[in-house]
Amino acid sequence: MNYQVIHRTEYAYETDVSVAHHLLHMTPLDTGRQRLLEHELRLDPPPRCRRAGEDYFGNRSVFITLEKPHCRFEIVAQSRVEIQAAAWPLPLATPAWDAAPPGDSQAAASAAAGEFRFNSPLIQQRSEYADYARASFPAGRPLLDAVLDLTRRIHQEFVFDPQATSVSTPIEQAFKERRGVCQDFAQVQLACLRSLGIPARYVSGYLETLPPPGQPKLAGADASHAWVSFFCPGHGWIEVDPTNDLLASERHIVTAYGRDFGDVSPARGVILGGGCHTLKVGVDVLPMPAP
Amino acid sequence: MGTSQQPVLGPAGLFAGYPVAAHGFDEAFDAGGRPRPHWDTLVQAMDRYSSRDWQERAETLRRLQRDYSLPAAPGERQAPPWGFELDLVPLVISPAEWACLEPALIQRARLWTALLADCLGPRRCPAEGVFPSALLYANPAFLRPCSGLAAGANSPLFMIACDLVRSRAGQWSVLSDYTRIPHGAGPALQHRMTLSRVLTEEFRSNPVHRLAGFFQNARDWLRGLAPENRAYPLVALLTPGPGNPAWPEHAFLARYLGFALVEGADLTVRDRRVFIKTLEGLRPVDVILRYLDDNLCDPLELRSDSVVGVPGLLEAIRGGKAAVANLPGASLLEANAWYACLPALCHRLLGEPLLLPGVGTWWCGDPDGLAYVMEHLEELVIRPAFQGLGRRITWPQNLTRERRRRLLRAIRENPHEFVGQSIIDTATTPSLVRGRLEPCPYVLRMFLAAQGNQWSVMPGGLALLLEEAEGDSGIPIASGAAKDVWVLSPDAVAPATLLSPASQVVRPERSASQMPSRVADNLFWLGRYAERLEDMIRVLRCALARLAEETGREMSPELVSLTRLLVQLDLLPQRCWDPPPADALQKELLQLVYQTHSLGTVREVLGRLRQIAFALRDRFSGDTWLILARLNEEAARPPAGMPAAQALNLLNNLVVHLAAFSGMEMENMTRGHGWRFLDIGRRLERAINATTLAQAGLALGNPPASTLEAMLEIADSVMTYRRRYFAQPEWGPVLDLLLADDTNPRALAFQLQALKNHGQELPRENSSTGFSLDRLRPLEQQLEQADWPALVAGRREAGGQALDQLLQALGTSLREASNELTHVYFSHAGMQVN
Repeated sequence: MNYQVIHRTEYAYETDVSVAHHLLHMTPLDTGRQRLLEHELRLDPPPRCRRAGEDYFGNRSVFITLEKPHCRFEIVAQSRVEIQAAAWPLPLATPAWDAAPPGDSQAAASAAAGEFRFNSPLIQQRSEYADYARASFPAGRPLLDAVLDLTRRIHQEFVFDPQATSVSTPIEQAFKERRGVCQDFAQVQLACLRSLGIPARYVSGYLETLPPPGQPKLAGADASHAWVSFFCPGHGWIEVDPTNDLLASERHIVTAYGRDFGDVSPARGVILGGGCHTLKVGVDVLPMPAP
Repeated sequence: MGTSQQPVLGPAGLFAGYPVAAHGFDEAFDAGGRPRPHWDTLVQAMDRYSSRDWQERAETLRRLQRDYSLPAAPGERQAPPWGFELDLVPLVISPAEWACLEPALIQRARLWTALLADCLGPRRCPAEGVFPSALLYANPAFLRPCSGLAAGANSPLFMIACDLVRSRAGQWSVLSDYTRIPHGAGPALQHRMTLSRVLTEEFRSNPVHRLAGFFQNARDWLRGLAPENRAYPLVALLTPGPGNPAWPEHAFLARYLGFALVEGADLTVRDRRVFIKTLEGLRPVDVILRYLDDNLCDPLELRSDSVVGVPGLLEAIRGGKAAVANLPGASLLEANAWYACLPALCHRLLGEPLLLPGVGTWWCGDPDGLAYVMEHLEELVIRPAFQGLGRRITWPQNLTRERRRRLLRAIRENPHEFVGQSIIDTATTPSLVRGRLEPCPYVLRMFLAAQGNQWSVMPGGLALLLEEAEGDSGIPIASGAAKDVWVLSPDAVAPATLLSPASQVVRPERSASQMPSRVADNLFWLGRYAERLEDMIRVLRCALARLAEETGREMSPELVSLTRLLVQLDLLPQRCWDPPPADALQKELLQLVYQTHSLGTVREVLGRLRQIAFALRDRFSGDTWLILARLNEEAARPPAGMPAAQALNLLNNLVVHLAAFSGMEMENMTRGHGWRFLDIGRRLERAINATTLAQAGLALGNPPASTLEAMLEIADSVMTYRRRYFAQPEWGPVLDLLLADDTNPRALAFQLQALKNHGQELPRENSSTGFSLDRLRPLEQQLEQADWPALVAGRREAGGQALDQLLQALGTSLREASNELTHVYFSHAGMQVN
């Protein structure tokens, strides 16, 4: 599939901001099955300085500094990507989740996976998460089969509720109240998997949503999305989406991988002045005819 | 041979009765009770002290320490400088011992540098299995955004410290390393300055290595880190601010080394370059000596709630135009887990055997380590493997059965978060801390600084004395006392003066380009609050005194009028327009003095004054502090018995202390930009108060003469008026004296004149944005030419608003001037993170 993604972010400030620093993660990645064909970042007002880089996790980041007083700032990230459907293994064909002791011997098999097995700033392992997850992980169950069961349970037992949490809600609260948005669903699943010793990472990106049958798709109806990628020995990284109870498909467009939301937040900033601010975000994911 | 030894110590000397450690190791005495050779000169000399001698010296030492230290915040107990009580007896290290320690410490610094460069760089070690990857990836101090910063040419570490302990067998081992912020170098230097003045003879008769050279080199090397502008680099010492317990050390080192002392808010990153915000605009900073936690350095990429950091700092480091020492990210080395594999790392990274062992450590993240810890639990202390896990140190020896069970479970659940460490019985050294000479266990803190790949060790350091912790099983903890460390040279030592480093420190006030805007801002508000407080005190004092004189049952018209003046001044609430009974009124007034939790009371403003003064601690003399401390003490005393009389007494005292404070300011402060902003604050506030007072009085219409007299009293102008007019106060001359008389230092015109003079001396950022007080010029002329009796008379006629309009315009202009000043010079509004 080919997609055009338009990600609009607009900050409006109560009073002038004199200096602003922003760090963006809005450029889709090139992965095994995803290719970035075009990318354009429009910034208004234009920044004094702008630098694209690659972060520790290999994601594309952009640093921006605005030095002129401004009371609004708009970021429009427009990308064209080409995605192939994933060839995930058959769940029952994956090794038992407890086949190898979840420890260094497994992590050593992939140094990259070792990174995602431990606590991260926003996700602390707790026995509650392990206890919750264990119902899906009886001894000997194939790993992907178990993870899909956990994905289904989170989808069923957690309520999708944009009012319940904000970007800064601690995962403990989302877990306790069993509600939240995709960010919370993903981080709860990460906490569960890591508490069992399974390396897992946070995926930030976009999802093409489909309008109800017979209705046109509304502009700005999509949102940035988050899901989970876990390490399966012998098969590598596999992506699951607990918000939609899915294996990641060709409709999942990846922007960045990290340990949690904090590593890959689409826009992060520090401003001088400004008073209160309001934030408007709109995302459109439009399927394009293949060239 | 022992028989030929003479009894070396006098029976009544300082060292008489010093117990010889039968089974331990004492620094000063061997097992036979004889002074070790390198201690001999010192012990002989000190043993000749009478008890009065050493008591006198100990007292002198305490006094000198006080003089050197920065004053405590007003109302707070004077703490020993930087938390250390200095012991009279130094720790002496022999040339032979030093010859072993020095290379071993340098090797350690090289090892840490190589390890950090790998962890923040290519990460070959974890990839090749030199250490288990969890040692890095589970470490909360491995800050991913800092990865790659070590790619520059400079060593990622500039200054580090190590804590050494000596076992009872006499062997040294390393207890901790400080790679993030090596605190203690400042106190070590300051201790030397003090002790060498008290033990002058002893110091001279021993070939003690001087410390100045180490600091001079460190300063030059740090300047050498400047990526550009190597000829005149600007080096800044970045501190979290006066609220930090180690701030006095930051202020001391900055002053000693001639660096600018800055807080995060003083710095800004523009186009990947770091600047300091000064009164004359932005000035590039080349090197930053960081005394800030790694995670707080840059809210853009690290902890977003850090308000003490500099947004964009990491990008500036990546851009290669700023050097930060030590490199953010260095704190990943401060993990106990490393000690378990340090010998192997040394072999791998340096190709050498580790010279100085660490205290025996077993990391539970390694299966063998875990097995060892489980088996030898009783002989170990359990520590967190990494910093920032929120776990505490535990001694398994004295745990209840339940807590022991819980500890074991925690270790099994997250083994990689724990290490077990051997417990060391430490050697002792003679100390005079508790009023008598005793053998005391200690830890030796040593400091190292780097030039490129070359490290040098400070030939001295801090010996931190330990004491037995209460309730624990004899495990020593830091007692808060410290010793100077004398490293003896095999040769005679060339005298070097410590007190004046090679290049003299420039007083920051001399040049506006070196004064951070924040400091000027604080001084400005210090002036405003001091003046506001005095004004408020004068008003309240006047009212309380009149109230106390009241005798009749009915309230006199004079008091009614005065009460209404206070309502007009917004001090009393509107409901007091028709004054309540005397008791209730008195209560209202006393609340204005004593309440701390409502805005605008005497104690509340005093609190703000204190807070600002605290932030400016390093800029005031001890005497000035004494005055501020008195102010605070007096106000903290609650009234009892005769509240009105006591309140009056308090207000009288406060007026005197405030006068002393402004006297200090006038007589003792250098006339630099610091003083200028302080005085501008004072003048602006006084001008506003004079205007407000006139407006409040005029709003009363035609008050009794006593109210005019009260106004004169509030403006401290009663004497002048009487001398000049020999008559009952009348509006015309009162307004002339309070507003237009430029010879009266309390009058508005006097303040405007002073402000005008200041305005001409203020720094100009760019000629266009410079600040001026020109807006006040026309009003000043109106003041000069005003015919007060006519203006007052005019108010009674219809449309006679000229006087009110003039005062209104003056008030507005003064407030605008304050805002503009803030905008031009202090525009560093609070940071926000989203």
